[in-house]
Amino acid sequence: MDLNGSQMVIEALRREDVKTVFGYPGGAIMNVYDEIYKQNDFEHILTRHEQAAIHAADGYARASGDVGVAFVTSGPGFTNAVTGLANAYIDSIPMVVISGQVPITMIGTDAFQEIDAVGISRPCVKHNYLVKDVKDLPRILKEAFYIARSGRPGPVHVDIPKDVTAQSAKFVYTESITMKTYKPTYKGNKRQIKKVVDAIADADKPILYIGGGAVNSNASELVREFAKVTGIPAVETLMARGVLGDDNPLLLGMVGMHGCYSANMGMSEADLMIAFGPRFDDRVTGKLSEFAKHAKVIHVDIDPSSIGKIVDIDYPIVGDLKNVLTDMLPLVKEKIDSKKYQSWRDLLKRYDEIHPLGYSDDKGNIKPQWVIARVGELLGDKAIISTDVGQHQMWTAQFYPFSRPRQFVTSGGLGTMGFGFPAAIGVKKAKPEKISINISGDGSILMNIQELMTAYESKIPVINIILNNGYLGMVRQWQTFFYDKRYASTDLSGAQPDFVKLAESFGGLGFRVETKEEFDEALEKAVKSNVVCMIDVNVDRLEDVLPMVPAGGTLYNMILEHKG
Amino acid sequence: MATTTQNNDIRRVLSVIVTNEDGVLSRISGLFAGRGYNIDSLTVAPVPKTDFSRLTIVTCGNEKVLEQIVKQLHKLIPTYKVIESGEFVEKEMALVKIPLDEDFNGLDAMLKAYNGTIANSGADFIVVMVADNAKRIDNFLQAINKYNPVDIVRSGSVAMDV
Repeated sequence: MDLNGSQMVIEALRREDVKTVFGYPGGAIMNVYDEIYKQNDFEHILTRHEQAAIHAADGYARASGDVGVAFVTSGPGFTNAVTGLANAYIDSIPMVVISGQVPITMIGTDAFQEIDAVGISRPCVKHNYLVKDVKDLPRILKEAFYIARSGRPGPVHVDIPKDVTAQSAKFVYTESITMKTYKPTYKGNKRQIKKVVDAIADADKPILYIGGGAVNSNASELVREFAKVTGIPAVETLMARGVLGDDNPLLLGMVGMHGCYSANMGMSEADLMIAFGPRFDDRVTGKLSEFAKHAKVIHVDIDPSSIGKIVDIDYPIVGDLKNVLTDMLPLVKEKIDSKKYQSWRDLLKRYDEIHPLGYSDDKGNIKPQWVIARVGELLGDKAIISTDVGQHQMWTAQFYPFSRPRQFVTSGGLGTMGFGFPAAIGVKKAKPEKISINISGDGSILMNIQELMTAYESKIPVINIILNNGYLGMVRQWQTFFYDKRYASTDLSGAQPDFVKLAESFGGLGFRVETKEEFDEALEKAVKSNVVCMIDVNVDRLEDVLPMVPAGGTLYNMILEHKG
Repeated sequence: MATTTQNNDIRRVLSVIVTNEDGVLSRISGLFAGRGYNIDSLTVAPVPKTDFSRLTIVTCGNEKVLEQIVKQLHKLIPTYKVIESGEFVEKEMALVKIPLDEDFNGLDAMLKAYNGTIANSGADFIVVMVADNAKRIDNFLQAINKYNPVDIVRSGSVAMDV
């Protein structure tokens, strides 16, 4: 069957079972939009900024596990999308982003809205294509989806010149695909798995270090079983929150810069670290020479380049965690006695009792941590929580009772302020039965505030909870701790929008909250309203995220108290 | 093929087989630039009768860096193979332009010692050509200095595993 380039795009999306796409039209992508207009296979959500389209596709992918899809035009449409691509790349999120490009005949002439898109996206994506011949387009689209979702997932960018979207060729779209040069390793080496189990059996103080790979691999059930069978205490990275579930007795909590005391002490004192799909980010490891100083390290990861990149690994296993655990569990059940680690568990429990994660609540001021814990109490598993970046993000990671993976959608690696709201829009499209909450700050929320229009128009009832402290709080906290309270460009209290009126002007609902009672009331109304909401919560201005490991500090040396 | 240079950096020759497609060279060079790896030399040409190109990259770094370079090269989608170990025949070419009014005493013997020939002779200059391993090219270029060359062009290494 002969199709033109635009029809090929639509047909490929249909074959890939894409139900929702996000995007923003423009000159170079208009032929494709004309075909989007004519079809009924998928819904197109018009965002109000290209960055938001990419984040929405990203949030969609994180919540569903499917490939997120977004469209942008050439030039500024594409450059606006770059932050979104980089954000998805560093967090390993499967995504296909299709951009328009000026016609092939004009490439290289500095034409209107021309930019070297593949040149710019190259370091921000898993792979990219500039389509030079319409005959290649079906294969490229097939490869794009395959590359995005296989191996270590990631965004793939396809740049299509306008003339290619109009030219016709035969449409051949194979069911499956093999690529000569790209063959991810899924099965772990059996002999190595056996060695690893022996190492675990020999250990006295093992710790399970769970990363985002456990989510991407959909391995959380197996990880839970591994923890249960072995009785090995566990920590989760920011990206892995929810893998074990909040009520899991073996879960010490989050690890790293704002991890809890027992988790970081467990990492520091362990004699064996069992890493399931983390990437040893500097926000987790702290000072490398002191990290896991007494431990042998097992690292299971699908990306060989992740293994040994930061920390020397004693037992590397390349493979999909799900497959590796399937092979490992029978051996574990046979060889490992969970009683062996009882005293180790007791010690870590003791650490948790000495310095538990907490905050001192206040009758007058609303503490930001209270808001998050309260949302958890009221909505729990019914909500999927997205965040922006900053203090509110860390408090959410610390205090929300995540009970399953894909319940927490946050920008981990890139730390992109402005991610939360569009991501929550994507989340709601992926999981309409869930309540989509974006917990944000008064700084971050303004970075993609225009998405109020998207959410209103497309009837996507995201609830934005703004923990308003009138500061760029995380930077302010660092200024308090390390810059002698010189609050350079972080005090936002002098100029703020009226968030209630702002929401209302876009057709949404706004609530201003000064007391705990008002918060409960506002949240209840917002959940019932079925329209985009902003809950502007006036919180304690100078609350800090604690505990804290200063950047480059050692995990066992945490700041536990306020600086006052 | 690994030799240690100053500050524990190891020189390594990598032979990388990649799909011969648009932009593949910039993927590779971008990887090196973006991650702060060194490229001492890089040559590229199509592999006859295939869809592949071969890049010969001479790089240096400590063991950990070199391991990452190989892994990151593998991670690029168009990379088919990275050959890093084992025996290589490594050759590099150099062209040297020498003014005709120099005293060429001993030049013949020197060229012979380095498999060299006179590639061209013009009104004012001769151009000599040598092909040998990179270390020996270094030595040759040292020695040829006495003829006061006005221009030197090195090709970068090509290598074949044996």
